[in-house]
Parts: sequence; C-alpha cells; structure tokens
Amino acid sequence: MVKFYGTTPALRGCDLTVAVGERVALLGPNGAGKTTLLKVLATLVRPSAGTLRLFGIDALRAPARVRARIGVLAHETYLYRDLTAAENLRLYGRLYGLDALAERVAAALARVGLADRAHQRVGTLSRGQQQRVALARALLHAPALLLLDEPDTGLDERGQALLADVVRTPGLAVVLTSHALERALTLADRVVLLVDGRVVHTAPAAGLDAAALRNTYGALARA
Amino acid sequence: MDRPMPPEPPAGTLGRYARQLAALVLKDLRLESRRRETLIGVLVFVLLVLALFQFALDLERDAARRLVPGLLWLTLLFAGLLALGRTFAAERDQGTLDGLLVAPLDRSALYLAKVITTVLFMGAVELVALPVFAAVFDVPLLSPGVVCTVLLGTVGFAAAGTLFAALATQTRARDVLLPLLLLPLLVPLLIAAARATDDLLAGAATPVTAPWWELLAGLSALFLGAAVLLFEALLEE
Repeated sequence: MVKFYGTTPALRGCDLTVAVGERVALLGPNGAGKTTLLKVLATLVRPSAGTLRLFGIDALRAPARVRARIGVLAHETYLYRDLTAAENLRLYGRLYGLDALAERVAAALARVGLADRAHQRVGTLSRGQQQRVALARALLHAPALLLLDEPDTGLDERGQALLADVVRTPGLAVVLTSHALERALTLADRVVLLVDGRVVHTAPAAGLDAAALRNTYGALARA
Repeated sequence: MDRPMPPEPPAGTLGRYARQLAALVLKDLRLESRRRETLIGVLVFVLLVLALFQFALDLERDAARRLVPGLLWLTLLFAGLLALGRTFAAERDQGTLDGLLVAPLDRSALYLAKVITTVLFMGAVELVALPVFAAVFDVPLLSPGVVCTVLLGTVGFAAAGTLFAALATQTRARDVLLPLLLLPLLVPLLIAAARATDDLLAGAATPVTAPWWELLAGLSALFLGAAVLLFEALLEE
C-alpha cells in the first residue's frame, strides 16, 4: 500500500495482514505513517496505490460494506460537546442502524464506568472521561476490528486498565498505535515498526522487552 | 483480515437511510437549540438590514413594491451566508466529521441532512422576516405564491450553499472563500427568485404560470441533484 499527500509520501510500502482476534501495535517515530495507515484501514483515506481487503471484502471498492464492522478511537473523540454522553451514543447507534438502542447505550456507558454520567454534556466531562465515552462509542456496534490511535490519551490508571480489558476481548482484532513501547508490548500480540512510511520490522510481542525493541527501533530508523 | 470473518451486516434500506437522515437532522437541531447563537444572530442581522433599508431608502408604497423583491432576497441571501458559515462548525471545531465518515452512512445522507437543517433554519428566519418586511413596506408578502417562492428559493440556496460550505470549511480562509465561491453561482437563482416574487406581487402570475418560477424550480433541482453527486467526491480525504 502506498499513499501520497500531493507529492509527499506518507506510506511508501505497507504490507500488513491481521488475523481475527489478533492485536497488532504499530510503532514508529512521528511522521512514520502510523496514523495514515490507521486512516486507510478505517476507510477514511484512500491509498494512492495498493489493495485493502477487510473481512474478505475489497474495502476500496465497497467501503460501506466494511464500515459497520470497524470501530475507531482516534486523537479526536468524535463526540459533540453540546450533546450528552447518551445522546452522542444514540446518534452513532442510529447511524449504525442498531436496535435495542437504549439498552446498548446504557450497557456501553456502564462498561466504561460512566453510567452515572449518561445525561451530562460531553463538554463538561474531563478529558479522560471523554476518552472513555469515545471508547464506548467505538464499541457500541460490537465491531470485529478496533482501530486505536494513541488510545491512552487522557486516560487515568483506571481508564488504561479498562482499555486493556477491551483490547483483550476474545475474537476482537485490534490495530493500535502508540509511542509508549512498554504499554504497546503489554497490549499487543505483535509489533510492527514503521519508518518513513515503510514496514521495516515485525515481531511477536511475547518475549520482547522495551529496551531491545528500542534498540532495534533506533538501528532501523538510522539505517 | 483474511481468516474467518464475522457476518456482513444487512445492506442499507430506504428506511434505514431515512432513520440516519432523521438522526443527523435531529442532532443539528438539538445543537442549535442549545447554543441558539446562530439563529439569534441571523435574526438580529435581518432586522438590522431591514431597518437600514427603511431609513436609507424611505420608500413610497409603489416604489416599495418594485424594490421589495430585490431587497428581500438580498437580505435572505446575506443572512443565509451567515448561517452557512456555521453549518459545519460543530464538525470542524470538534473533529466529529471523521466520526460520521467512518459510520456506515451514505455520504448523501450527511449532505441532505445539512440541507434540511439549513432550510429549517432559514424557514425560521423567514417566518420572522416575511411578516416584518410585509408590514414595514406594506406589500402582500404573505400570499401563498410568495411563500412558496421563498421556500423554493431557500431550497436552491441551501442546496448550493451546503456544498460550498463543506468545501470552504476545509480551508483556513473559509469566511472569505464561501461568499466568493457561492455568490457567482447564486446570481441566476437570485434573479429568478426576485423576478418570480416581483411577478407574484404584481398579480401577473401564479407560481405555476410564472416563467421565472419555473427557472427557479429548475435551478433548485439542478443544484440539489448536482450537489448530491459531488458531495462524496468533495469529502474524499
């Protein structure tokens, strides 16, 4: 997969396969292409060349067919500050065509520990609470693939534990980006290093320690 | 993701499309009802412009009847530009557009929801502006023919304006760019709307027999159809 913004390359050659239920951490320096790759996987950005198959479907030809099975948690929360947490989730629930919406919304907010904040406007919640509502939004439609871009942003310890619990949901495939190598190693089954828009290294997370990974990372970035 | 895959959700239906559209319109109306800054601002603008016209022109009744169609449409046009500048404000300022775009939502629903919201918003402004214009200038602006013409012109304005508002909102110079892009395109619509209103006020025609009204209807339909087709390409990245 290749992606150019004008004449500036963002992805120069990414070949990535993610199995059902697998958790993959995309690591790399700023500008490595991690967020662009996530946006391509989320069907928000169309690659300049290459193919994208999600759930066996050509996602470049039929993006609408895969969107219902993808959950995205990005830098932005995608929440309207002047709507309450429950109103935001009901809006997205209707866009995803979900039934039993009231129950789903209540369950999603309970899962992220914010059942008592359901009727509070999002703009009045703390950044960490907003991130948890955003996580509830991303999970509301029970996606099969969860894309997380720096998901720990604003989360306190309890929020991070909650996120780790979500990431370990059986059968849920996860692709996440992070600058925190230790954290990524605890969440992922496999790490993928991106440098200058290229996948330069991939390895199972089990057995890797952050120091060794940092050394590999530095050597590859210098190469 | 080439291994066993989860079942594909059912394809979209007309009912689902309508529910998505309703959810988006409801969201925009709810946001506006909580802020109210745009509606109140535009209403004050309309009343100020009306007062300025009255003081500056000091029109006799006959002169007013000839000038009111143009004055009315210019006022609505500039008021509409103020409203259009805020159309995508929540999505732009709060970064929610990508959230809508990753949902299994036909892009045209997003566009049509904004058009409907703009028409409802402008309808609320016109609900105040028309009686006030009629009273101040003593012209029969509340006749069914004129009201239909105003609504039709508003649909055409919202159809073109929403597309260009989406385009301009992605730029830093959006406040300047929107009128620069939109006003030239709206010239024929403005002429047709003002002339159709003039014909109706003169009692020379009904909406169905007025040629300017036909042009207005044609332009509104053209803007709406073209914008539905172009909107998805506009949102691409």
